[in-house]
Amino acid sequence: MRHVHFIQILIGLCVLALIGCKGEPPIDSYTEKKILVLGNSTEPQGLDPQIVTGVIESNIIRALFEGLCVEHPSKQGVHLPGVAEAWQANDDFTEWTFYLRKDGKWSDGKPLTAEDFLFSYQRILHPDFGADYASMLYYIKGAESYNKGEIKDFSRVGVSAPDTYTLKISLKASIPFLPDLTKHYTWYPVPKHIILKHGKMEQRNTPWTEPDKIVSNGAFVLKQWRLNDYIQTEKNPCYWDKDTVQLQGIRFLPISNQYTEARMFFNQQLHATYGLAPEMIEHAKDKYSKYLRQETYLGTNFIRFNVTDPLLMDLRVRQALALAIDSEAIITHILKGGQKPAYGMVPPTDDYRTPHVVSFDPIRAKKLLEEAGYTGNKKLRITLLSTDREVSKRLSEAYQDMWKKHLGAEVSIEQREWKTYLSRMSGLDYQLALGGWIGDYPDPTTFLDMWKTGDGNNRTGWSNKDYELLLAEAEQTRNPSARLRILEQAESLFLSEMPIIPVYWYTTNYLLHTSVLGWHPLLLNNHPYKFVDLELKENH
Amino acid sequence: MLRTIISRLIQGIVVVFCLLLITFMLVRLMPGDPFSGDKAHAPHIIQKNKERFHLDKSNSEQFVVYLGLLARGDLGDSPVKEQPVSKIIRHSFPASLILGIAGMSFAILIGIPAGILSALRKNSYIDYGTMVIAMAGISIPSFVVAPLLAGHVATRIPLLKVAGWGDPLDWVLPALTLGLATAAYLARITRGGMLEVLNQDYIRTAHAKGVKPAMVVTKHALRGGIIPAVAYIGPAFAMLITGSFIIETIFQVPGMGQHFVNATKDRDYFLLQGVVILFGAFIVFANLAADIILVMLNPRIRS
Repeated sequence: MRHVHFIQILIGLCVLALIGCKGEPPIDSYTEKKILVLGNSTEPQGLDPQIVTGVIESNIIRALFEGLCVEHPSKQGVHLPGVAEAWQANDDFTEWTFYLRKDGKWSDGKPLTAEDFLFSYQRILHPDFGADYASMLYYIKGAESYNKGEIKDFSRVGVSAPDTYTLKISLKASIPFLPDLTKHYTWYPVPKHIILKHGKMEQRNTPWTEPDKIVSNGAFVLKQWRLNDYIQTEKNPCYWDKDTVQLQGIRFLPISNQYTEARMFFNQQLHATYGLAPEMIEHAKDKYSKYLRQETYLGTNFIRFNVTDPLLMDLRVRQALALAIDSEAIITHILKGGQKPAYGMVPPTDDYRTPHVVSFDPIRAKKLLEEAGYTGNKKLRITLLSTDREVSKRLSEAYQDMWKKHLGAEVSIEQREWKTYLSRMSGLDYQLALGGWIGDYPDPTTFLDMWKTGDGNNRTGWSNKDYELLLAEAEQTRNPSARLRILEQAESLFLSEMPIIPVYWYTTNYLLHTSVLGWHPLLLNNHPYKFVDLELKENH
Repeated sequence: MLRTIISRLIQGIVVVFCLLLITFMLVRLMPGDPFSGDKAHAPHIIQKNKERFHLDKSNSEQFVVYLGLLARGDLGDSPVKEQPVSKIIRHSFPASLILGIAGMSFAILIGIPAGILSALRKNSYIDYGTMVIAMAGISIPSFVVAPLLAGHVATRIPLLKVAGWGDPLDWVLPALTLGLATAAYLARITRGGMLEVLNQDYIRTAHAKGVKPAMVVTKHALRGGIIPAVAYIGPAFAMLITGSFIIETIFQVPGMGQHFVNATKDRDYFLLQGVVILFGAFIVFANLAADIILVMLNPRIRS
């Protein structure tokens, strides 16, 4: 009996000691070692910049590789030198020359030359390689034809290397934002000598991106890659600007569950989360406001109309549905993330004035619907295609309620899992569908080109020759300001025909630890890690 | 005995083949393909990628090609993750195996003694208490238990993390969550099995002969009473090892369970097929192992 008491007391003391002892928060040891720990949503599709297509992959690839230009850590639209130390364009922005730095090296010490860029662009555009994002390079003369196999000779594509450290790019249109494009991973160089060591140029799935084989040119190199666990990078000693780099490494964790990610952050296991569930924003505002970041993001949420549907061919019906949506209420009560009500497709910037076409006006909405013949007992009956994501469910229910309340419309919601939803939308097998778009680069064309006839992302059946003529005119306009005015006209025309209802402009909501320095709001959330630092703070 | 094992193995191969065939066809009946995404890709690119994975061929042709790959010991490449399926499974399996073994150990260590105790103290408060807890363990789903453990236990004990898979202490909470329902089932099954045996004449005889009560339980009753539990442990073990999507995502465990759900959502045909083959084989082997142990425990089956 005495033994039992002794053991019970011992166990009790151990439990109390465990509960009572205060260990160092796990994140502090990483901060001391200058290793940034980031939540990164899911396991990446891969690490080959010419194969992947997502934001998750971009977050990792941005650490490993570097393009001709680099994002400024705090000023959107300011281009810092990357692989190129200088660049210049001709008067109409169709011919660009990039002067590569002579101290640019791959992480194995081999010099990085213009030849690497030629190889990279040939690889991503090679018809047999099948790169999903090859279209990002279609601005280059002849790139699209080469990618489609219409021309076989790559020398006819508008890229050349007059000497080892000079790269010339000829564009098919006036593209003043080319330096922005070069920050996108599809424009990054890939190591010719390593890729060819592990397979042919146009061959995919070769092991060149494995930790013991990969060679990169960014501020960090790949150290470890444990599937579904973490990806660890470490400082690249061969990087040309290594003195600027303060971090010793970055650890990316593929945490798909946003609640788990928030719990890990609150338990001091992460420096930053990838996102924050809307339900947790209020909680974070109350208890962790110093960590909460709510920043403008280059994206638009909208509802697509299938304009080939007999009911929705009538513009008045589309307008009525658009005017009956109270975006403010949706943001305040459902999203809670500081989003902005959208009155157009392109998020406004300093230079671009988004046409103000859509706003909440239930009285006019009702009138328009009556003009379209929906009076008395004749009700508008439509279906809204949605995904099974939690936010989509709640948005769909809010729209359903608003259309019922303001228009008396009977809306049934069809929730489908992601691929079925995409398949139905692409096949125009819907009436209304939830949608969203994130810009690839900060220029209106990333939001406007998709509505051209036959574009795979259009998915509305809408087509307008005048709209396409305006886009073509903008492409040929030399003056950047005049170009933007033409794009505004194009958007105005697009919105007046209303193949979509813009609902809100995105923000990113996430948690950032106070020990992270040099991390500023950026429209594309594409933080250049080489300017980020970590500092241990006593009261965090 | 050997003939039985060989015959069961052949049956198992047929079962796994049927499972694969059904999965192969069903997953291709679902709308969409591995290459459709939020941002649409050019038709010629999609066509090129389909050709790369033979997805431009008819289903029967694809199946023949896939069987050819399997015959060479290749599970194919994942069209979504751009990696060999065998590599993905190889990387995920150790975490699932550790979690499964830890979960089952917890279930056996808690469930079986609880069941025995409950049977020995039939209709007492110990019995009622144990069975109430067991019923709760069966009824409360893991998506409730896991966040509770992460939010209220891990945050109070500094050595535990709310999620992550770095050192052995990280196994504790996911294994507890995973093993809880199995422990509860085991407790109920063991109690039932023990109660049946404890009423047998030979147990009464042992008591009458003056054998110590502890000896009666361990030497005589347990051997027969545990048989239903052993029959349950086989398939349950296979289920635990093949992972749990919910537990893996809540505790950030890099295991196999998430591949099942994600591969289905992403239409990652080859990964899904690979995982199904593995899961099927596990269940077949676990059942076979349970049968062999049952034969060893129960001489009547042997005859």
